[in-house]
Amino acid sequence: IVPVAGLCPQGSYGIQDSLRSGFTSVKNELLPSHPLELSEKNFVLNQDKMNFSTLRNIQGLHAPLKLQMEYRAARQIQRLPFLQSSNLALDTLRGSDDTIGFEDILSDPAQSETMGEPHMMVEYKLGLL
Amino acid sequence: MATLAVRRAPLGGFSFENCKRNSILESEASKVGFSVPTARKTGTTICGVVFKDGIVLGADTRATEGMVVADKNCSKIHYISPNIYCCGAGTAADTEMTTQIISSNLELHALSTGRQPRVATANRMLKQMLFRYQGYIGAALVLGGVDCNGPHLYSIYPHGSTDKLPYVTMGSGSLAAMAVFEDRYKTGMEEEEAKQLVRDAIAAGIFNDLGSGSNIDLCVITKGNVDYIRPHDEANKKGVRTGDYRYKRGTTAVLSKVVNPLDLELLEETVQTMDTS
Repeated sequence: IVPVAGLCPQGSYGIQDSLRSGFTSVKNELLPSHPLELSEKNFVLNQDKMNFSTLRNIQGLHAPLKLQMEYRAARQIQRLPFLQSSNLALDTLRGSDDTIGFEDILSDPAQSETMGEPHMMVEYKLGLL
Repeated sequence: MATLAVRRAPLGGFSFENCKRNSILESEASKVGFSVPTARKTGTTICGVVFKDGIVLGADTRATEGMVVADKNCSKIHYISPNIYCCGAGTAADTEMTTQIISSNLELHALSTGRQPRVATANRMLKQMLFRYQGYIGAALVLGGVDCNGPHLYSIYPHGSTDKLPYVTMGSGSLAAMAVFEDRYKTGMEEEEAKQLVRDAIAAGIFNDLGSGSNIDLCVITKGNVDYIRPHDEANKKGVRTGDYRYKRGTTAVLSKVVNPLDLELLEETVQTMDTS
């Protein structure tokens, strides 16, 4: 069981944000609860990185640059902060609109039992909090 | 006020929230002497063989939960696409879900390319998914099918390694089945010969391994035709009772008899068939 850095508190200045993520526990932050936790959290990111670097090697720097610009644009098309967006443009760009994985079947965010408090989430998004 | 929190956007897929709690529960439970429930495994014998015109896949039908038989007649040969079938050993839920996901992905892929899916595609999808989860998905699979390039047979291990071979066996009874294959396999067998060989291999697994039992299922895949024979052979029939402990009528003498008919009328009659599939 190796302590990992990826689970550090996510608030500003690296301090635990009690308002947003609850109370602290040193063990929770240092040790992953499952060996797959980190790799799953970063899976999409790592896959994108791998694809971009392959593209860069094959087609030159322009290919990943243009694609990343399109990703950035597509990522901004969202609903209100507390509502789940379908991310259709992002999925089409990534090519995951015609694949099914465990992320579509298990704990579908569109059907989660809890919802973020609307006022708090909008204020957080606008930076008022 | 203390419970107000701004949720980060939730991701789909596996959630590891309860892992720490589960490990604590497991250690606490073992201290008291109580054991956590185990997952249902298929404790299996599955095998596949390439013959002249195609593939024969075979599987037994027992699913175990620890030391108890959970399902006497479960179906271990899963459909992936009209020309590709997959036998699954290991954790029953894992094999079921994995094959269903890959089947859906292959269908979408086939619609997108407009061609019949190939066995190599299914193999690559399976191995990439299993490697992603580093063996935590306990699915050991025998994948076989006939596509435009001929018959292909793959064995896929839970950590994501695959082998392309003319005959493969997996599961707890794999050694018994492999012994039969190693003895009698020839290239270019006829269909009946191949079916008999697979039947004998699975029977070896059933009779020599505790984790395998009940019937033998076969699936014969040739170009343009699939024969899903379930069951091909009922190797383990439940015994028939020879005696009966019930007393025959007239054992006790009848002293007197009074009959009181009840006045009932039939209002509604429904028949609900039991799901014996």
